Formats: sequence, C-alpha cells, structure tokens
Amino acid sequence: MKLSKWFPQAAAALVAGGALLYACTSAPKQNQSSSLVSGDAAQRVYVAPGSYDEYYAFLSGGYSGQIAVYGLPSGRLIKVISVFSQNPEDAWGYAEETKPMLNTSYGFIPWDDAHHPELSQTNGVPDGRWLFINGNNTPRIARIDLTTFTTAEIIQLPNSAGGHAAPFTTPDSKYVVSATRFSVPIPNADVPIASYKDNFRGTLSFVTADQPGKMDIAFQILMPGFDYDLGHAGKGPSDGWFFFTSYNSEQANTKLEVNASQNDKDFIAAINYRQAEQCVAAGKAKTFPSKYAHNVYDEASHTATSTMMTSVRMLDPRDCPGVAYFLPTPKSPHGVDVDPTGEYIVAGGKLATVIPVHSFSKLQKAIADKAFDKEIAGIPVLKYEAVIAGEVQKPGLGPLHTEFDGKGYAYTSMFISSEVVKWKLGTWEIVDRVPTYYSIGHLMIPGGDSKKPWGKYMLALNKITKDRYLPTGPELFQSAQLYDISGDKMKLLLDFPTIGEPHYAQALPAAMIKDKQLKFYSLANNTNQYVTRAESEGGITRSGKRVDIKMIAIRSHFAPDNLEGVQVGDTVYFHVTNIEQDWDIVHGFAVLGSENSELIINPGETRSIRWIPKAPGVYPFYCTDFCSALHQEMQGYVRVSPAGSMVALTANVSPKAQQQMSTAKKSEATKK
Amino acid sequence: MPISNHFRILAAVAALSLLTLYALPLWSIDLLAPQYPEGLGLVIKANTIQGKGANDLATINELNHYIGMKEIDPDAVPELRVMPWAIAVLAVLGLGAAAIGRPAALIAWLGVFAVAGAAGMVQFWRWGYDYGHHLAPDAIIKVPGMAYQPPLLGTKQMLNFTATSWPAVGGYVAGAAFLAFALAIWLGVREARTHARA
Repeated sequence: MKLSKWFPQAAAALVAGGALLYACTSAPKQNQSSSLVSGDAAQRVYVAPGSYDEYYAFLSGGYSGQIAVYGLPSGRLIKVISVFSQNPEDAWGYAEETKPMLNTSYGFIPWDDAHHPELSQTNGVPDGRWLFINGNNTPRIARIDLTTFTTAEIIQLPNSAGGHAAPFTTPDSKYVVSATRFSVPIPNADVPIASYKDNFRGTLSFVTADQPGKMDIAFQILMPGFDYDLGHAGKGPSDGWFFFTSYNSEQANTKLEVNASQNDKDFIAAINYRQAEQCVAAGKAKTFPSKYAHNVYDEASHTATSTMMTSVRMLDPRDCPGVAYFLPTPKSPHGVDVDPTGEYIVAGGKLATVIPVHSFSKLQKAIADKAFDKEIAGIPVLKYEAVIAGEVQKPGLGPLHTEFDGKGYAYTSMFISSEVVKWKLGTWEIVDRVPTYYSIGHLMIPGGDSKKPWGKYMLALNKITKDRYLPTGPELFQSAQLYDISGDKMKLLLDFPTIGEPHYAQALPAAMIKDKQLKFYSLANNTNQYVTRAESEGGITRSGKRVDIKMIAIRSHFAPDNLEGVQVGDTVYFHVTNIEQDWDIVHGFAVLGSENSELIINPGETRSIRWIPKAPGVYPFYCTDFCSALHQEMQGYVRVSPAGSMVALTANVSPKAQQQMSTAKKSEATKK
Repeated sequence: MPISNHFRILAAVAALSLLTLYALPLWSIDLLAPQYPEGLGLVIKANTIQGKGANDLATINELNHYIGMKEIDPDAVPELRVMPWAIAVLAVLGLGAAAIGRPAALIAWLGVFAVAGAAGMVQFWRWGYDYGHHLAPDAIIKVPGMAYQPPLLGTKQMLNFTATSWPAVGGYVAGAAFLAFALAIWLGVREARTHARA
C-alpha cells in the first residue's frame, strides 16, 4: 500500500469530512490480511501444549481497570491482575483485607481506567522487579509485585485530574511520573470554567518508586494550564531529563476538538529533574496542603492499609530557573519517545503531517545559546529550528507512538491510516509500512522504550476490531496483532483478542521472572489478625452486634462448618484461612444471600468477607473453586436466629480438631 | 587364621561406611499423578521419614485422608527408633570382626548384617502393608479390593498415583558395604589359601 500517493486526498478529506471519525472510513474487506500472513506464521506463534511462551506481555485492561498478562508469541491469556477495579472473581476490593487498596481522598473508588503498564528498570533496561500502571480517572499509580502477580501498592496523585502521562519510569526507577491530562484549579476550587486561563494549572508529579511500600511524591512541578499527555525519561546522555507532551496550548475550556487544534505547534516540556531535586533540597518548593491516599498491601498479614497523606512539595519553575523548557512541536503531540541512545526525542503529532524528532544535544546547545522564542509562565520556549534533528516526511496519518528495535530503526503507530511505519533514525527515511486491524493506538516492542530493546516482535494494540473475529453483537473485544520485526520487513504473525482496552503494554523475556514465582504463601509466616492455622483454632465469637467466624479451608472441608447463634441485625465476618501448603490448591468461599463477592483464598492466605443476614433461617456456604474430587461436599451451614434469640453461639468441632486439641492437652500435661 | 591386614582394613572401612546412613536417605518413594506432574516424594532415613519437597509429607497425608489411610507420623514409627541403634551396633560389630580378622567372625557379621537387612525390609513391607490395608472404616473413597501398600521395589499404580520405590543413596551404600565386606572375606580367604599352598 503506497500511502503517500493518497496522502493529499486523505488530508483534504480530513479537513473537509472529518475522516478522524473511524466510522466514516470504509471497513476493509473481511480477512484482507489473511493473504498478507507469510507461510511460516503459524509455526512462528505455535507454542505446543505444555510448552512455555518466550515473553510475558502485560497489557493494560484500559477501562477494565486491570492488567491482562499474555504469553508471546502465542497470544494466550495467562492471567488477569486485579488493580484498580473491584473484582468479584477474586474478591479484590470486596474482601476486608483488600478494600483499603481502593481507598482515595474521594473515598472508596471501585474502578479506574488503567492505561500504561511500565516495567521497573535498572540502568535503563527492564529488570523484572515490578510493574507499574496508572489509573487515569482518579489519578493513581499502582505497583505490581512480579513474584505474586498481585497489586502491592497504590499511591494517589493529588493536584491532578486525568493521570494519563503516567507511570513512566526513570532509567533506575528512582521515580515514576504522572502528569495532569486535565488542567484544573490548583488547589481545586469553585471557579467559573470560563476563567480557565486565569485559574487552571497542570502539575507534573515525580513519585519515588524504588522502595517497595514507600512510594512517595517527591515533588510536583506547577505548569501552565495545558493538557499534559504522555512522557518519557531521557537515558544515556539525556539521563536526568524527562519529556512530557502537551496539547491545548490554546488553553481552551470548551469544544477542545476544534479549539485545542488551532496552534500549528504545541509543546514538549523538557524537565531537568536533577535541577528540580536540587531546588527542592534548597527549600525552593512550597509545602502545599494536599490530601491523597497511600495504600500498601502487606504480604505477611495479607492485609492492606491505607494512609491519608496531607501535603506535597510544589515547585514553581519561576523559583527554579533551568528546570523546565518548552520545545515547540507540531501538532497536538501525543506520544514522546526517547530512542535507545538517548539522543533523539520523537514526538507523535496526532494532527501533524510529519514526525518531528528533537535532538538532545541540540537542546542543550539551544539552552546554552539562549535560543528562546518567548517565555510562558517563567518557562523558556526554545526555537523549533534550534532543537529539531529531523522530520520523517509523509509518514501517514495520525502518528501517535514510537518504539525502537535497538538496531537503529523506529516504529511509529498511525491511528488514522491504521498502520505501523518503520523508519531509520538519523536519515528519517521510511523503510517499511504494514497495515494494522484497525486504528492502532500504542505499539509495543519488548524493551522497546528502553536502552536495550529485544527487537524480535512488535505488538500492535488496536482500538477497532470490526471483522477480525466472529461478531459478538455491538460490543467487540479489542484486538492486538503480533508482527515479526527480526527481518527488514515487518511480517504479520498473529491476531488475538484482549480484555477491556489494550491501551499500552510492556513485555520481557519469560526467563527473567519465570523462576521467581511464589507457589504458595507460608502459613507459618501468616500474621493476619484472624489467621486460623489449624482446625482446632477455628470458632465463633461475638462482640456486641459483630460476629467473627474463623475457619480453615482444606481439601475438602471447612472447619468449623456448622455455626449457630448468629442473629438478625448482626454483622458477620467470615475469616477463612486456606491451610494448604501446596501449589495451585485454591479454595473459595461463598454464602447464600451475600451482598458481597465470593472469596478466593490462595494456599496459606487469610481472607475475610462481611455478611449481613436479613432474615432468620439456615444459610449454606460452599467452596467456589473446584479444589478436589470432593469439592461439591465442601460446604457448611450458618443458622440465623431472630434478634434476641437464646440460641447459643456455637461452632462445631471436627474430629481432626478434637484430635488436635487432645494432643495439645496431652503435651501440656506431660510438660506439667 | 586371620586374613591379611589390607583385607581387614577393607572390611573395617565397609563397616564404618554404615555410619554415613545417619545422614543419607535409605529409601525413596516417588509419587506422580495428573495433578502432580512435578511429583511428590518421600525419603526414609535411619531415624525419620521426610518429604522430598518442604511440604510433601503434609500434602501426602492430606491426600491420604481420602482413602482413609493413617497419617504418616515419623514419631509414631518404632522402627525409626531402633534403626539408628541397629546401625551403630552393626558398625561396631563389623569393626570387631575386622579386628578379629578370622573368617568365621567376619562371616558371622555378614550373617548378622543380612538378617538385620532382611528384617528391616520385612518391617518396611509390614509397615507399608499396615498403612495400605488398615484403612478408616469411614474412608471417603472405597474401591473394593483396592489396597494402597506402596511397592517395596519398583512401580505400582494406585488410583491416580504412580508410586515408585527404590533404594536411595544410603540403601546403595549399605549394599556396597555388604559386598565390600564379603569381597574382603573372599579375597582374604583366597589369599590365605594361596599362601598356605605355597
């Protein structure tokens, strides 16, 4: 497909007819790509039953709020990690232990829009320690533990709205960042929306990320009221700098579609964060009252705690000269990507007709030469000509994101023309292009944003599915496509559906984390307040209207499993400990009429669920995870009596518990 | 007439090598099932029974409750109290026999070792028989005619598990000690006869 031929017409159509709306473009004929798949594609992606994939790929679930983990090259879904959304499947945000993870200054928020997975790095290369991901709507950053594939920490970003430019990492993961997509009054206040230009500001947040359990907002930088969209850290020579795209430099507050698309150039903000650190250390940042939650999950107690923080350090660039510069960049730039050498800063100008590439060495010279056009809110605007290294001409329509293969080539996604364009760094010539199906957003090469990409595969993450799979009514799963980029030409290998919106992804070689996976939690190390380590330790206790039931789950029973003395008006907490110490032996717990979810309890773990019975009767509970041959027998009953009933509070004692208790008594007697 | 010194030393070393059985596993039982492709395993040592994985013994006991098998509790197996003493006695007697050096004493020791070994195997078999046959009357899974005695040597299918039982390093050491001791006697006696003829 020679795009350049029809480019002028398409550009005209874009202006005249609004070709930006994908609905207006004619859908390509079904399976037009099948002929484009090379002969050995099936072999390249076939991972035989029982064999492992080569890469773990972490795809954001977008508006599902979670992360989906796929194996590459097979495209098999191997895990969904609960992050920002309540998940009744594994009781994330329903179990008492996990509820604090979703706490924010706005209260308990059961959902978010998860956009950018980001692997932690050491020396600019993914290291497999953690995975970070942002919540877009109520700005948050989560840290995922890659030995358990669970969310271990979530920090909220105050003075921010729309945490889209997040959580991109510095080469050492000292910081991950977050920037406001929506500028808002800072601190937020009741002002007329039309006073946008006077009252609305953006912030760029630097969050310390290399101390597990201690994520902290090191400082925020107060910026002019633009929309801050994406970011990437410098590396190598540009280490110590961070680059953020911005659009709406028009500072429109209505109909941004038109009003924020007027300026030929918006800006990339170049932030010297080492300079910011120095200014903060020198006391130039103001202590800014701000409420935000910091939630940490403790693996030993299997319990999360939420702490409400009260202030941040806010740095105004006017108080810290040299901390921020604006690089004029055409037009409404979206992605900003730094090549593996750290010299080139590639912008994806959504509405631009070129892909502009800035040079870090020219940027430094321009700063030294003071090649400034003007200043905005104390931030110098550099001359475009003084910083631009080159432009990729006629790349296609709607360039968004660029990743790199480590062999001198860049790959840019084109949303409107629905393709990936491969071009050469330095000469800016286009060497290949392939269609995607359809309307690609991000693309991902494992390590493709780092110093050392594993340049074998490229994954296209698409917004439109149309005819790719059997139709499923109006709503379709979105799609991802895997391409082989090991040769000169990109080759389509595989098409697979994804959960939510596969907004962005990161991947690393499986060998880096495969053998570090935890198989079960140690029961001996379980410090949960309500842990039940043996059948004899289970029971039922009352404290006013609160009833706590402690029980164990093991193949194939709960103990105790007959409970009486609960009354209407009580709030009951079931605390279930899975006392198995065996890989993949998971138990579940569900009780009739629960307004909460089930529990899924991993071996060695304790989980608690709240239950408020409304009427007298007998209520069964049972195991929901098909654990064993006698799974259907794994059940019990709770008797609920009317308020004020004389039915005694009792829990039955299993034969095993009896045996355990008599053994304990005997050893006690021997001691005496 | 005693055999020559170097064969007595060989016999003494063979007897002393039995002391390694305090550390080395004597016997190994491996269990494979569709649910346990990675396998579960037990090793029998002179004074205890251990899982091969950290939680294998607990897991095996947990699984065994389905068929009504007693829990394997090393503290409740009397043979494991006796075996360390038997090994010590055997080693001391072996040293004594080597010191005496007379074929009769040496052969007598071999006889004691063989009897002790056979008794050990018989006890092991009986122990396995007891576990495999004396099942709880309210066992969850009852298969008519099915017993769960692990094989003494070799492989046996028991429901979904394939059990394989073989000597472990210690078992081979004990066997090698027996053979080395016998070899010392045989060579020693042959040498003595050759000398006598000459």
